Amino acid sequence: MTSEYHFRVWRGDVSGGAFQEYRVPEEEGLVVLDVIHRIQQTQQPDLACRWNCKAGKCGSCSAEINGHPSLMCMTRMDEFKEGETVTVQPLQTFPVIKDLVTDVSFNYEVAKTIPAFKPKPREADGTRRMYQEDVDRVQEFRKCIECFLCQDVCHVIRDHEDNKKSFAGPRFFARLAELEMHPLDTNDRVALIKQKHGLGFCNITMCCSEVCPEHIHITDNAIIPLKERVVSEFYDPLAWVKRRLGL
Amino acid sequence: MATVARSAERAEPRGTERQDLWWLEPLSIVAALGIFGVYTFLVSTANSAYFADPYLSPMYSPCLSSTCPPSERLFPFTIDFMSLSPAYFIVGLPLAFRITCYYYRRSVYRAFFSSPAACAVPDLRRRYTGETRFPFVLQNVHRYVLYTALVIIAVLWIDAIKAFSFPVTSAVSGSAGDHAARHFGIGLGTVIMVGNTLLLSFYTLGCHALRHIVGGSVDSFHRASIRFRLWSAVTQLNLHHPRWAWLSMFSVGLTDAYIRMVAAGWIADPRILF
Repeated sequence: MTSEYHFRVWRGDVSGGAFQEYRVPEEEGLVVLDVIHRIQQTQQPDLACRWNCKAGKCGSCSAEINGHPSLMCMTRMDEFKEGETVTVQPLQTFPVIKDLVTDVSFNYEVAKTIPAFKPKPREADGTRRMYQEDVDRVQEFRKCIECFLCQDVCHVIRDHEDNKKSFAGPRFFARLAELEMHPLDTNDRVALIKQKHGLGFCNITMCCSEVCPEHIHITDNAIIPLKERVVSEFYDPLAWVKRRLGL
Repeated sequence: MATVARSAERAEPRGTERQDLWWLEPLSIVAALGIFGVYTFLVSTANSAYFADPYLSPMYSPCLSSTCPPSERLFPFTIDFMSLSPAYFIVGLPLAFRITCYYYRRSVYRAFFSSPAACAVPDLRRRYTGETRFPFVLQNVHRYVLYTALVIIAVLWIDAIKAFSFPVTSAVSGSAGDHAARHFGIGLGTVIMVGNTLLLSFYTLGCHALRHIVGGSVDSFHRASIRFRLWSAVTQLNLHHPRWAWLSMFSVGLTDAYIRMVAAGWIADPRILF
């Protein structure tokens, strides 16, 4: 008898939906996205899912697999126990469009509120130089593939819809950290980070770092350094005196 | 089959589809911090058996009790406020450092506030303002308690160095000897105290706030090479901050327990005197 994968996939749209069960013949070397495609091909041609590169680089196939925000293309079927039911559902933080496809436009709206890179004037020889040690620090944040798994897992907006209007989310703190730490950038965004982007809402649960498929240390290298910059600007009297004295 | 709403106005409360033992980590944190908290309270209240020459418990260091042996007093004053044990005040500063520590915040919010208990598990609080309001906004004092923690680390290193200097009579009778005549030596307590201070140093010097202070605040490392080196060194320790946090917490308890048992005469401290 051929072994089968046992899947529970959420089907529905903005008005509601439910999990439906599927059985798919086992094959070697499959990932969850392959099984979803098998279901599309053989049982449910109208099953909606977003995907593109199938290599963990486009960030399209984000979903929740057994409750864990993950990329479907990077979750191998041999990670599951023999006979284990695999539950696949759309990202919980964003409104669903259909089945596994969600509307992530919240993120694009937040992106628009971040002041762009504003470089220093060129040096006398007409160049702008950046040194390796400075490149290394901000390069990590450039690895982001915008899969929005960190936004999805962040309980500040996942469980508290109201906070979406005052909290940017981990993906954008990584972006803000990249800009703030950039040696050639001249924009000061610290006040904005506190007041508009709501950095204070983050309580360092570090889930964003746990789910990042690019292994970016979002909490340690972006959020906490930004929190410390906010502390220097708003909560540290010694830092305030130092700034006033121009030290 | 149950219908689950998925619109922007989702049905509340939601559950989780996680099938792993996600509750094990918060439960372990509650147990570990609970046991350590109770132990700390009990030994702080005892105000006795914290010194077995030359070992001083880290929970009573710096020695500020009026019952401290003169040789152990680093400061020219004692704390005997309303007959309370000085350990309450001494333990208070490292406790504040740990409560406001970025790593412990993660653990405490998860384990004690279920906010959230684990990733992708619903936050139990209906309304959430994070660290924007009182009392959690006070977490921003972390860098100030770091300064006090650095002083305490310096004091603990002095204690660890003193733990190499044994009273002459102690090897024979086990009692405190003449402080004018002392032997250099190494006891099991010396090893424990040095190990404990090393772990506490790794934890404190790997602090996120220190990482910012020594170099993280600058945008161009190239123009601040010394700060870049300091930042790189702190970053190396910071990579393992959770590990140092837990190991140092347990080592403080174990060091205190060992010294307490030696002081009470329950065990003899094996030592080599030179």
